[in-house]
Amino acid sequence: MPWLICGTVPDEHFELVHTKWHLDGDTLRTEEGSTPEIAVHRGTPALLATAILACTALEVELPEALLVGDTGQGKGSRRLYAELANGLKGASLSGVTFHYLYPDIDAHNRVLMAMEERDPRPLLVADAGFMYVAKMSGYATSYDMFTPDVGELAFLADEKSPHPFYTRGFLLAEEKDIPRLVARAYGHDNAARCLLIKGSTDHIYLGGTFKGCVTEPSVPAMEAIGGTGDIITGLVTALLMRGLALEHAAMAAAHVGRLLAKLVCPTPATQVAELLPHIPSALRIFLASDLGHDYVLNDMSQGKTSSSMENDS
Amino acid sequence: MTGIWGKLCSLFLRKHTNAPPRSTKDTNRGFLVFHHTGEVIRAEHLLRNAGFIVEVKGPPPELRTGCDMVLLFELVRQPKIMALLAKANLVPERAVPVSGTLLEPVALFQTRDFGQWFMVRAANMKITLDKANGTIVNISGGGCPDVPWLAMQLVGRRILDVEDPLTEGQTLCAYALQKAFEEARRLCHG
Repeated sequence: MPWLICGTVPDEHFELVHTKWHLDGDTLRTEEGSTPEIAVHRGTPALLATAILACTALEVELPEALLVGDTGQGKGSRRLYAELANGLKGASLSGVTFHYLYPDIDAHNRVLMAMEERDPRPLLVADAGFMYVAKMSGYATSYDMFTPDVGELAFLADEKSPHPFYTRGFLLAEEKDIPRLVARAYGHDNAARCLLIKGSTDHIYLGGTFKGCVTEPSVPAMEAIGGTGDIITGLVTALLMRGLALEHAAMAAAHVGRLLAKLVCPTPATQVAELLPHIPSALRIFLASDLGHDYVLNDMSQGKTSSSMENDS
Repeated sequence: MTGIWGKLCSLFLRKHTNAPPRSTKDTNRGFLVFHHTGEVIRAEHLLRNAGFIVEVKGPPPELRTGCDMVLLFELVRQPKIMALLAKANLVPERAVPVSGTLLEPVALFQTRDFGQWFMVRAANMKITLDKANGTIVNISGGGCPDVPWLAMQLVGRRILDVEDPLTEGQTLCAYALQKAFEEARRLCHG
């Protein structure tokens, strides 16, 4: 079953399209070549490009993508929401990754209802604007994975905040506060089943339980580079498609992101497109490590898909 | 600009000081609700330029639809404000007297020194500049669809040469980026 990546392209004239893409340098093209190409800068194109590279390296089927042009008015996002709620009835999906979309609670709720009605129900990963609206809606617990940074975790933990812009203590949130913020987010049902919290140390939680953290290698410049979070979500997507359990996919994505940074040695002026060509190498290094070997082989040999892990946990 | 950075710690917080004075009790205030955050941004710009005291706030829960802002204003100015907005074809969906506490936007900045570069963060948005020439080298964070669009327009250009993000921005993330942008530009000016 295919995995679907949903998000926006920063071009108001880009029509809604649901297809597979391939990556040619730093440009996304459709397989049939009839849709306008997309230059990968940041946002959903960066996520999709990462997922394509990682899926190729992991030897999994490439994801499909439902993309639409939107530069902030929300019109494109609403078309995409409507397509998800009404237009994909026939297609089975193993998972969906939601990304840069204009937050619209009513439209979100229709999409979530459509996802819940699917049999089998796809795994649901949310980041960026869609993670914001998933929390705003009060249905965060319907999701399998969120990938916030520490500030966004403060937003999830603030039960009164509808957006990070209004979050109490957003900039004051530090890594030492993570356990308290996680407890509060789960306590108010404002967290997905698995949280990959990105920071100078990445923290992984499953069902409110600490599962591990990833600290090294550490390259501080990554925080300034637009699109590094999109890369992590793209890696998580590919690793879930490979069949890793939620927390293993999160741990692996965090490791690979750090290995990628070490390979590139970026400065704060580095662009995300400069990181992309090194993703396959970073993945290969991780897979050759004991941890990578354990995660990928164990999850696969035990048939431990993310869905089956739910029953274990 | 290097001199400024000699005085800065690698990490510090500064209260935003450009907010309008809180000269009116909330009981004397109302808020304007628009269909889209882009209209709130335009209305705020228009009204401030006309000398009205207005503030962006988060709406009460019953009025939240997703990406939301409302515009706080002095009730006594309502007729003039509505007339000015109507002239600009910016008609709010409703004007509501404040009856409770409205959410405050994030008003803190975080600045990080990366040697040749510095990064300013406001809420969930970050902007990074080259200290030597004020070039915007990266924009990161956020989740609304105008963030990648604004980044495409701004990255690679000098902050003193570009228009404010809110000129084209439409969302709360753009609003946060504007705050970070203003602080970064202030630091560039020394």
